[in-house]
Amino acid sequence: MNGVHDIGGMHGLGAVTREVNEPVFHEQWEARALALTLAAGAWGRWTIDASRHARELIPGTEYLRMGYYEKWIAGLETLLVQTGLVTRSEMESLCVDVETPKLTPPLTGDRVDSVLALGRATERTISAMPRFSRGEMVRGRNLNPAGHTRLPRYARGRRGVITRHHGAHVFPDTNAHALGECPQHLYQVRFEACDLWGGPTADRSAVYLDLWDDYLEPV
Amino acid sequence: MRPERAMATPDPENRHLDQHDHGQALPSDMTLRVKALESLLVEKGLVDPAALDAIVETYEHKIGPRNGARVVARAWIDPAYKSRLLDNATAAIAELGYGGRQGEHMIAVENTSRVHNMVVCTLCSCYPWPVLGLPPAWYKSAPYRSRAVIDPRGVLAEFGLVLPLDVEIRVWDSTAEIRYLVLPERPNGTEAFSEGQLADLVSRDSMIGVARVAAPEPP
Repeated sequence: MNGVHDIGGMHGLGAVTREVNEPVFHEQWEARALALTLAAGAWGRWTIDASRHARELIPGTEYLRMGYYEKWIAGLETLLVQTGLVTRSEMESLCVDVETPKLTPPLTGDRVDSVLALGRATERTISAMPRFSRGEMVRGRNLNPAGHTRLPRYARGRRGVITRHHGAHVFPDTNAHALGECPQHLYQVRFEACDLWGGPTADRSAVYLDLWDDYLEPV
Repeated sequence: MRPERAMATPDPENRHLDQHDHGQALPSDMTLRVKALESLLVEKGLVDPAALDAIVETYEHKIGPRNGARVVARAWIDPAYKSRLLDNATAAIAELGYGGRQGEHMIAVENTSRVHNMVVCTLCSCYPWPVLGLPPAWYKSAPYRSRAVIDPRGVLAEFGLVLPLDVEIRVWDSTAEIRYLVLPERPNGTEAFSEGQLADLVSRDSMIGVARVAAPEPP
């Protein structure tokens, strides 16, 4: 979706500010927000792509105003209700509906280390051959899906070159919407700065993006 | 107590954007909201409080940029390891015992006198957790996400890193589940350093690619 989260290349959002000796969490609730998101995610009711999309759906004016973990909590609340783990009335009252039986959490304290160490690999084996090979010129397609995508606006219609093949990976555009993993070949694509932004070709810089087959067309 | 914050460039008009990314906009409201949500999820049996504690403990104390610094130091002293790291970073990083969530597919990119790499996630906040921990606030902020791809030289200069025009800048925008670790240049004057001493020199920012590793202070 063409949301404000797709922010690469925008002007006017201010200078980068840094904090000396920044703590991992600024407030205790931020730590709990992270932990709640990971622990509730262990139910497997939504994918990482769905959780990204839930945050992208925050209205643009709110998105820019909200803190980082505030967005995580908003996204988590959306997903909990959407998947039925929490009812709408429970989310509104923040009290348990009387008739709900108590469940057993899938992620217990003793399993945290092993679950985090295992991770969630996205590479898959598929029978289709890659459409592109290293060194080939490609173009980011002019796609404007209303749903989730990992093709940033700034690369659409722009020319780049394939620099690496990552194998086949879960396709976020379907996986975010519970339409299946639909794995596709994933490529590292190099875009010259002058092709993305115009301007002098003397400034030697480039942006690399990891893009799926469906995002690309041959030049 | 709130730590002192360093402004790279004074920009009072836009400071609010970044301050909100620290999640300090509504501390009391958010504290109450997250506490209530946690109580609800625990009461329903959706999350185990011990798992929440273990997750927080992990990212506050166990997983952080010291892991990445060990990888870098090993690559500096062991050419065979460096070669494996650049060839298959996921496997090489696993040799030191790191891997898993948000670092399932790793790529290491090497800085040289001719090429400088820096990492961003314009669409959200993708970051290699197993080697760097959770990202700092500036990495997740709108100013960094918007500008790193269109004005990398300007952003680096604000971080105090002014690169000659003939140094090529490669910006890695993490769009897929591939996570990037920058292998910074080993500073001069460290020939006699042990692996542990080298690791102590390596900063988080140098592994994101917004800083160089500073040469050690003369004794």
